[in-house]
Amino acid sequence: MPDQKQMYDKGKVVAGLVIFVVLITFPFWYNHLKAAPAPQLELTKKAQAAKNCVRSKDYMKAEHMQLLDVWRESVVRNGERVYVNEEGKEFNMSLTNTCLDCHSNKAEFCDRCHNYASVNPYCWDCHIDNPKEKK
Amino acid sequence: MNGKYMFSLLAIFVLFLLPYVGVTAFGLKTLFGIFIPLIALTIFIIGFVRRIKGWSESPVPFRIPTTCGQQKSLTWIESSPIDNPTTKAGVVVRMILEVMLFRSLFRNLKFKRESNGILSYSWELWLWLGALAFHWAFLVTIVRHLRFFAEPIPYFVRALEFFDSFFRVEFFTDAFQVGLPGIYMSGIVLLAAAIYLLARRILLAQVRYVSLAADYFPLFLIIGIAVSGIMMRYASKVDIVGIKAFTMGLVTLNPTIPEGVGATFYVHLFFVSVLLIYFPFSKLMHMGGIFMSPTRNLTTDTRAKHYSNPWNYPVKTHTYEEYEDDYREKMIDAGLPVDKELAEVKE
Ligand code: HEC
Ligand code: HEC
Ligand code: HEC
Ligand code: HEM
Repeated sequence: MPDQKQMYDKGKVVAGLVIFVVLITFPFWYNHLKAAPAPQLELTKKAQAAKNCVRSKDYMKAEHMQLLDVWRESVVRNGERVYVNEEGKEFNMSLTNTCLDCHSNKAEFCDRCHNYASVNPYCWDCHIDNPKEKK
Repeated sequence: MNGKYMFSLLAIFVLFLLPYVGVTAFGLKTLFGIFIPLIALTIFIIGFVRRIKGWSESPVPFRIPTTCGQQKSLTWIESSPIDNPTTKAGVVVRMILEVMLFRSLFRNLKFKRESNGILSYSWELWLWLGALAFHWAFLVTIVRHLRFFAEPIPYFVRALEFFDSFFRVEFFTDAFQVGLPGIYMSGIVLLAAAIYLLARRILLAQVRYVSLAADYFPLFLIIGIAVSGIMMRYASKVDIVGIKAFTMGLVTLNPTIPEGVGATFYVHLFFVSVLLIYFPFSKLMHMGGIFMSPTRNLTTDTRAKHYSNPWNYPVKTHTYEEYEDDYREKMIDAGLPVDKELAEVKE
């Protein structure tokens, strides 16, 4: 009997463990321990003048896709086009004509955020994304 | 009622209350958001490595692979090079298939008494299907989560997200919205499969009999993780960008607590931390253990090669010839037969 503990097949076991640790620590070395800053969102002049979004900022941050889903449903299925928010302000429920009216800088607003969060909405397959630059 | 799963369920409930109350009532966000996750990851890595190191210290003096096919012998007998591998390459293929497709589990049999009293074996496929769905969904979910931990987001993560969300059911009610954001199938499959595996342990008498608290606990824990994750995505929405800023801070060791992120996220994070801490000390170590299984990872070339026990030490022997040499004269005096007569030896 060997008196002292020894690792059998040490080469293979250590190689396996190194692979394991490298995979597990992927986020640490991939980012070189430097966090890319969260996206800086730019508000257009028009948005700045309006001060407020359709709903509160916190709500928009987390639930704007849900709001769009509700809008789409109301317009396409129920034929209702007017949305009244909590303050009683009315909005035309439209992706291009409302959201992109204030946020006409889609690339510096919607896209920056979406790239950071790895979302790729397919809406622009059909909806016009630059209403201001009509041909 | 069964004490073993009720105990695990109770444990999960307490583990849910800790971060929930801790964050909502006492504002312990730094504890649950930063310290516990980083400590958990450290314990996970060190514990995992130590466990594997411990296993690698057990000698495997003999070849003990289990075989499921004809061994290589005479040239005209067909052998199965993967199920009974005689070469290293065969073993590698066998291991890859085992790890990715669980072929041993695929052979799972059920032993039961037929209605006419005959005992019979039947093929039991559901456990294999459930296990496969569970493990693959778990892996896909984890890889998809890399979107919170990498900037820029690697291409393979985006590609995986794309395929995982191809299935869209766009409907909603006020409480639970499905449609936008798109559904990730893996998250749903993970939850469904975990619930199936749990139901199997609770409902089938034979399986319940062999199940311990240590079998129920990880299932409840993973169900807890999946439910809290699914809640965040489809019901009580969270600020993803805020969370990503936080997780990026965590992996660059410069963490800041996000504002306005609710308790659901801390519950999710705490459950994951508990899983990481629990992992190295539990049966979940089969993740590393599968690679160390001598019944799977050895070649079956025992007919072609001689393996001797490395512990064989020189054994003291005393043969009959030596015995006769010692006592020959006395034996002859007593009239006992001897192999060699005195005259022959004297020469
Ligand atoms: C009336 C102009 C206006 C319209 C229309 C509008 N927004 Fe906004 N939006 C704003 C303003 C102003 C802010 C900044 C609010 C703040 O900082 O409190 C904002 C903020 C946001 C934010 C949060 C950004 C952040 O800082 O995290 C999102 C997301 C957003 N809007 C999406 C939308 C979507 C989607 C629509 C269409 C449903 C829409 N907005 C329509 C003006 C508008
Ligand atoms: C297959 C093409 C297509 C795609 C993809 C698509 N839509 Fe639409 N959408 C339409 C059509 C057609 C209408 C009807 C326009 C109308 O009646 O004014 C519409 C209407 C809407 C409306 C209400 C009317 C308006 O002017 O905006 C909203 C809101 C909307 N879609 C949101 C979305 C969102 C959000 C996405 C992405 C998740 C999306 N759509 C993807 C075709 C599409
Ligand atoms: C604060 C950052 C932010 C801003 C600004 C933002 N989004 Fe989003 N958006 C997100 C996140 C995060 C998700 C995905 C949430 C998830 O994956 O759980 C998302 C998802 C969506 C989805 C659903 C995508 C899908 O296929 O699941 C749509 C549609 C969408 N956003 C539209 C918009 C539009 C239009 C704008 C600009 C007016 C906008 N968003 C601005 C962060 C943002
Ligand atoms: C520190 C690690 C983790 C963090 C920070 C984290 C964070 C999150 C967040 C923010 C969401 C919501 C996603 C959205 O709304 O789009 C989520 C969802 C989810 N999480 Fe986690 N998570 C972690 C680990 C895990 C682990 C280990 C699992 C188990 C496999 C898991 C399983 C899920 C599931 C099933 C969902 C549901 C939505 C989906 O399928 O993506 N999470 N997680």
